[in-house]
Amino acid sequence: MKSQAEYVLRTVEERGVRFVQLWFTDVLGRHKAFHVTPAELEDALDQGMTFDGSSIDGFSRTQESDVLARPDLSTFQLLPWYQEGAGVARVFCDITNIDGSPFEGCPRQQLRHVLDGARAEGYTFFVAPEIEYFYFEDLDPSRGPQPVDRGSYFDLGPDDIASQLRRRTVLMLEEMGIGVEHAQHEDAPGQHEIDLRYTDAITMADTVMTVRHVVKELARQAGVAASFMPKPLANVPGSGMHTHLSLWRDERNAFIGDGPYGLSDLATKFIAGLVFHAPEITAVTNQWVNSYKRLVPGDEAPVAAGWARYDAAALVRVPSVKPGRIDSTRIEYRSPDTAANPYLAFAVILAAGLRGVAGDYELPKEGERTAPLPESLAQAVDLMAHSKLLLETMGEHQVEWFLRNKRAEWDAYRAQVTPFELERYLPIL
Amino acid sequence: VTIDVVLCVPSCEGPIRKAFEVTGVTPAVASTGRLNEVAALEPADGFAGAVINASALPFSEAMNLCRQLRSRGAAKPIILLVDHYQLDDLTFREDLFDDFVVGPFDVSELATRLRHRLRRAGNENVAQRVEHGGLSMNLETYQASIAGRVMDLTYMEYELLRFLATNPNRVFTRETLLSRVWGYEYYGGARTVDVHVRRLRAKLGEEYANLIQTVRSVGYKFGTNAERASD
Repeated sequence: MKSQAEYVLRTVEERGVRFVQLWFTDVLGRHKAFHVTPAELEDALDQGMTFDGSSIDGFSRTQESDVLARPDLSTFQLLPWYQEGAGVARVFCDITNIDGSPFEGCPRQQLRHVLDGARAEGYTFFVAPEIEYFYFEDLDPSRGPQPVDRGSYFDLGPDDIASQLRRRTVLMLEEMGIGVEHAQHEDAPGQHEIDLRYTDAITMADTVMTVRHVVKELARQAGVAASFMPKPLANVPGSGMHTHLSLWRDERNAFIGDGPYGLSDLATKFIAGLVFHAPEITAVTNQWVNSYKRLVPGDEAPVAAGWARYDAAALVRVPSVKPGRIDSTRIEYRSPDTAANPYLAFAVILAAGLRGVAGDYELPKEGERTAPLPESLAQAVDLMAHSKLLLETMGEHQVEWFLRNKRAEWDAYRAQVTPFELERYLPIL
Repeated sequence: VTIDVVLCVPSCEGPIRKAFEVTGVTPAVASTGRLNEVAALEPADGFAGAVINASALPFSEAMNLCRQLRSRGAAKPIILLVDHYQLDDLTFREDLFDDFVVGPFDVSELATRLRHRLRRAGNENVAQRVEHGGLSMNLETYQASIAGRVMDLTYMEYELLRFLATNPNRVFTRETLLSRVWGYEYYGGARTVDVHVRRLRAKLGEEYANLIQTVRSVGYKFGTNAERASD
């Protein structure tokens, strides 16, 4: 710990870092930051930064509102897009109460709590998400999203702008030590995908926050805008975050076995847990009104709980493993979207799977649709309200706040009269 | 506790005395550059270094003393104090001293140079470096660069690279690396090592990624094939 602090302080000095951003997220996974100068840094590293949590979504409490942001020094990293000599670095924070105990509103610690539980059973959890998003000309809601691929003002194909941007983003991520398996143009105009190489879940949740930030920042620098909105355009597929999962035990992939498709007994129970609990955790993996515009039939997005090897619309898929690459045996959970809080999403996914393992759940038949996924945020929130799993995984504080916040969001949404209704009903009713 | 004794010729007054005080080393003052007088002052374990004021001595006497000291202990730093007009005389005598200060002497400049030279020469507190196949690590400032390009590393990446680079051409299992480099709680198990190696290779860049080699079904080692061939 001491030498980590020394490393950070010395690097700040040697590299001419002018600001250190202390990163954390609210309960909805919105990116928050303090900016401290090197002069303040030593104190911040030593004692944390006290702040009033009441203005952060999901942090407010009835009595004490002050909380402490404590930097996790292992995440210290220079941000490569700032120039040398006026450098900016970032470090992720855990939020604690003033007495140092974990703050119940901190998603990062909630994930750590679930991982600690898994580790006590001997399991290590690896995740590798595929991040989909759109490049638009801007994010002005009044004129609607304009994909950069579609407008064609100049001879230089605007398609190239997006591809160059994606390439630059991947190189920047690699420079920051974030492994990218591959990146490609996606189905919809302006839609791109970056597939990340697996890491442990805490690192990956940090990474997802970083990737969203880098993608948006580089788009901004190029004069366009990136959006992780789950379904920005009607009639084309939305942006998901298909998440590949594996559990390891004693340094071996515990999903490998003699069962169907080379899966172990543990893996089939894990899948069974995911399939069984999927409807109730969907409020977390798909947390916005707009998320449910993506989970509709016909777009290869899952609409019901179930598993399969090949069905592209399955909720849980078992990807085939290349010969000689048996260690890459994994499952893919396909409902989450990129606008989820990655800490909570990974926490509830792991908790659901482990529930299946602990309870010896039986794997449903391949292709069977065991239950529908919620069709709207309202349905998802109702399922959440009765979920013991979520209460135990996220804690009372976060579940209560989440329910309140999401019901308010749904109420605001259903009070709208949409263009759909006007076009459809005004002329005839 | 041994106190470093630094030879000071021919006197230790004013800013020079102050600089010794600031640095925290004890001067052993010889009034001339004659070796007999100097040798009589020398402690059993030798001088830690010497400050020779050439502007207050006959120049040839100062140079002779430097030459004598060099032959006795080449690694001990010699700091020369000179007048501006003597600078030309230093040409082709660069091997006789390690650093020089031009009068009028400033206490903090003199103290900084003295401290710096002593640290560079001593076995402890020296800025240690690891140089290997384009990789350069300064273990005191925690900075690493590859082919002159500074690498932005997280703490664990730095520690892993340092461990590997200071033990080149030795194969380590993932488990060994975990216990030697991490040594505290972590979430990834031995796969964490793979993840960090992958990241380090990305940061080393394509050309230097093979500085960290995968030894199939064993673990990793640092070094290049060419070096192994010449072992």
